[in-house]
Amino acid sequence: MPAVGGLDALISVTYDIVANDFVRAGEAASKIKRLLQQLGVEPGIIRRAAIAAYEAEMNVVIHSYGGRIAANITADSIEILCEDSGPGIPDIEKALQEGYSTASEDIREMGFGAGMGLPNIRRSAEEFSIESACGQGTRLKVKILHKVGD
Amino acid sequence: MQLAAIAEALSLSPDHGSFKDIEVKGGYSSDLLSDVMGKAAAKSIWVTNQIHPNVIAVASLIDAAAVIIAGGVQPEEGTLKKAEEVGIPLFTTDLPAFEVVGQLYQLGVRGTARSA
Ligand SMILES: Nc1ncnc2c1ncn2[C@@H]1O[C@H](COP(=O)(O)OP(=O)(O)O)[C@@H](O)[C@H]1O
Ligand SMILES: [Mg+2]
Repeated sequence: MPAVGGLDALISVTYDIVANDFVRAGEAASKIKRLLQQLGVEPGIIRRAAIAAYEAEMNVVIHSYGGRIAANITADSIEILCEDSGPGIPDIEKALQEGYSTASEDIREMGFGAGMGLPNIRRSAEEFSIESACGQGTRLKVKILHKVGD
Repeated sequence: MQLAAIAEALSLSPDHGSFKDIEVKGGYSSDLLSDVMGKAAAKSIWVTNQIHPNVIAVASLIDAAAVIIAGGVQPEEGTLKKAEEVGIPLFTTDLPAFEVVGQLYQLGVRGTARSA
């Protein structure tokens, strides 16, 4: 397997995410993690990418009608893009607050809905952006740089 | 500390004789998946009361050494299947989580929170 240092082509993968499928939930993040391991990416960077991918994927499973997640990997960075088809986030500022969650009681009993997902994603990445509009879905984009330590 | 030694000391079931040479570097206990995802260090033994398959997805993503489901609750069928699939040692015990953590601590296992 090539080391990331020798990776000059862009590697891209995309996975569909099905709403409310709690058995498959996390598989996309796991696949992205495995790919990064095969590419020889440093464990601390893999961990950060895994956190971002997992939390983004779970948000689509729990809060959206479904969507997909993509990872674009270059020698410099790992970009994770996650989009869904709605219902969107009414107040992004609020959604980004630690502890804020609209998850139902059933979801919370499973250990989700701690309101730590978006904060975890933000902490894991050098670049973070989220766009959302009611009725239009949510688009999350993060970039993790290989060069920066954990 | 070796996982096999922990399993024996706590009489964890099932007796996973196949989990040899797994080093446990510390422990973490939480039922909030985002908390574990964000904070538990790699090679931790994770003590939880959650029983659904996403526990294994999280354990695998953070490179947990093993999962102990405490409190006498049984994992869902899908959880057992997934644990086997991805190779995460999964144990159950009737001991409440507090007792499990206490016994782990007595064995020398210490908490492993990554700084946030
Ligand atoms: N993809 C999404 N679609 C709609 N709402 C979302 C999405 N992602 C996050 N949210 C909203 O933002 C809140 C906070 O998200 P997060 O920090 O991940 O916490 P949690 O998922 O535990 O609720 C969610 O409770 C939800 O209201
Ligand atoms: Mg979330």
